[in-house]
Amino acid sequence: MKRKRTKRFGILALGAGLLLLAGCGANNSANNGASPSASGGSSQPASSSAASGSPSASGDGIKVGILHSLSGTMAISEVSVRDAELMAIDEINAAGGVLGKQIVPVVEDGASDWPTFAEKARKLLTDDKVATVFGGWTSASRKAMLPVFEELNGLLWYPVQYEGMEKSPNIFYTGATTNQQIVPAVDWLLENKGKKFYLLGSDYVFPRTANMIIKAQLKAKGGELAGEEYTPLGHTDFSTIISKIQAAKPDVVFNTLNGDSNVAFFKQLKDAGITSDKLTTMSVSVAEEEARGIGADVLAGHLTAWNYFQSIDSPENKKFVDAYKAKYGADRVTDDPIEAGYTAVYLWKAAVEKAGSTDVDKVKEAAKGLEFDAPEGKVKIDGDNQHLYKVARIGEAQPDGQFKELWNSGDAVKPDPYLETYDWAAGLSGGNG
Amino acid sequence: MLLKNATVRRKIVITLAYAAVVALLACAPMFLSDFRLNLLGKFLAYGVVALGLDLIWGYTGILSLGHGIFFGIGAYCMAMYLKLEATGAGRLPDFMQWSGVTSLPWFWEPFRFFGVALLLSVLLPMLLALLLGFFTFRNRIRGVYFTILTQALVLIVVTLMIGQQAYTGGTNGITGFRHVLGFSLASPSVKNGLYYISAAALVGSFLLCRRLVRGPFGKVLQAVRDGQNRLRFLGYDPAKYQMFVFTVSAGLAGLAGVLFVLQVGIISPSMMDIVPSIEMVLWVAIGGRGSLIGAAAGALLINASKSGLSETYPDFWTFLLGGLFIVVVVFLPKGLFGLLARLGARMKGGLGDAMAGGRGRAVVGEDHR
Repeated sequence: MKRKRTKRFGILALGAGLLLLAGCGANNSANNGASPSASGGSSQPASSSAASGSPSASGDGIKVGILHSLSGTMAISEVSVRDAELMAIDEINAAGGVLGKQIVPVVEDGASDWPTFAEKARKLLTDDKVATVFGGWTSASRKAMLPVFEELNGLLWYPVQYEGMEKSPNIFYTGATTNQQIVPAVDWLLENKGKKFYLLGSDYVFPRTANMIIKAQLKAKGGELAGEEYTPLGHTDFSTIISKIQAAKPDVVFNTLNGDSNVAFFKQLKDAGITSDKLTTMSVSVAEEEARGIGADVLAGHLTAWNYFQSIDSPENKKFVDAYKAKYGADRVTDDPIEAGYTAVYLWKAAVEKAGSTDVDKVKEAAKGLEFDAPEGKVKIDGDNQHLYKVARIGEAQPDGQFKELWNSGDAVKPDPYLETYDWAAGLSGGNG
Repeated sequence: MLLKNATVRRKIVITLAYAAVVALLACAPMFLSDFRLNLLGKFLAYGVVALGLDLIWGYTGILSLGHGIFFGIGAYCMAMYLKLEATGAGRLPDFMQWSGVTSLPWFWEPFRFFGVALLLSVLLPMLLALLLGFFTFRNRIRGVYFTILTQALVLIVVTLMIGQQAYTGGTNGITGFRHVLGFSLASPSVKNGLYYISAAALVGSFLLCRRLVRGPFGKVLQAVRDGQNRLRFLGYDPAKYQMFVFTVSAGLAGLAGVLFVLQVGIISPSMMDIVPSIEMVLWVAIGGRGSLIGAAAGALLINASKSGLSETYPDFWTFLLGGLFIVVVVFLPKGLFGLLARLGARMKGGLGDAMAGGRGRAVVGEDHR
């Protein structure tokens, strides 16, 4: 009898707890405008329970959204970009903020799920009325957010290199497009490493589009395709593919694998006795952060193409790397998307100050041709396609997990997302979207 | 006499409760912002899936971990129409252009028409379910074997969708819609309309399911669940009932997919993969398996919590939600609605028992264990 009563009590208590929890959620999803004070969350000032209905630039601060995957498969990559963006915001706030106001970040979790990105973007723009949003990593998340930003005339800063073929009037692209990363890398390989390419990628839009471009480029420049292979995202068994590569004897393996697959691929490559002096691999999604996961000794000698390496020797970069390590730990590394996220915040700040307002149209107008001394060097916003002028770089992995720069393009390369200035790419874009 | 009074009173309470729910749904646009209304509309679509799942799992004992596929097919059919509408005549959808496709594939042609797309988004999932049911139920494949087959179906379809990027949009899915039947999807009045359509679809699906589970037909369904062999000895063919109810359930999932894509504006293979398919079953499990209201409420509640918690605690909401799942599964085997029914039974003839309907008796009976 006594046991039964305890059980009953327990169930009742649980029920009450659940209702409370649910109430918390429901409260958040139900209240807007009406009673901002009633929301249950109190743990984080940065979270969304801030007063609704207030315009972004009023009162004590300017709200901006930070929308990355903090859970799910992409969290491992995106959390460090969020960290860099929050760091930039802290730095700006410490130096007096923007237009004399502090920046208040509203952090949301895209959960590695594309419709969730769309939902949270809409929430940031309509409920929180943020002035701008920094976010996204995968192309799929960007494609999901794009219609929301265009519909509500919001502003998104997207920090990752991607496959091009896009220019939304509501997005600033602070990572590389193909002609600032992949195209120069292929040219360099053709010149220095050989003509016979083997294309290996994860099965989604970025590798497929990238390889379509590479194939056109090879065809025009006398290269040769030794093979093309796609594996599902998260695939970890590369023994078959490695023996196919051995049979095809390519000069170069062009690697567009993403995420965990890289760890498996490079480890199995090493286990098969194929070291970097026997086979050249060029990766476009393996940066300092991924090198930690793969193992610096495993990756040593392999090549990678980016616009930024932690090893860049400049005062701006030293300041950035030191600040990042001081804030998040000496074992953390910086890399290209982390730097692009950090740069995006400063570019937005500069545009807002030039425009004297956080109004999206005014900020966009002010951003045209804007320059900034980023850790990667001087970047400039292209007024037409809202991408950045960037220096293309090729690096070689070192045993300490850093990359040694082998080549760079010298001047910053003008972004050309549709490859309109490349004759061989004429058939690719099909028309502007 | 007393008994009759109680019955009448219970009926009045039930009717009032239903009326209150409907009134609440009808008035929601007045006190919710556009964004929250849009979210609620999405949750209502999920509610339709949950109803269909409860129909097969709660009442007929068929556990499908593949409803994401039916939901996804429905959503994709509508998305294809919306994409063609947004692209305009004579042009190719953007993802086809960058995948090197030069002319519209033949199977995209019918989706130029809204009516065809709508019809197919319900009929195609039903057809697929009928096929799967035909080859499994007739061969008396059931229980965990059937469930594994549904998972296999998910894997096959999702792999196909991702692999055929040029025709399906790959992992990105299909997005970037503008108009439906000439109305702008961005306009608040269209959004309001879509919300009302979702609410009506949920109420309609609820009435349909309730009709199915009540009366002799519902009894047969429950007999399929509880004693298939006995039912067979009585001269019924359980396979026919299973096929029918599984097909209806798939159709409801397809309908939900249509409502989802119209309101959310994107569909991708990640929405029909194994995890979402299992999540759908979780809504039913947590809301209350074997109670239609419970299943629909579960879908609404879980998704509202998911949105709310992830907004309030973006860094650790997954732990809170996971904790909630564990608590409910361990301590409340009949879900939240089972708890309500139990409390209701305690209060003698109260609201909870009444609303739990047919299951109420079973719950009361359990107390004598």
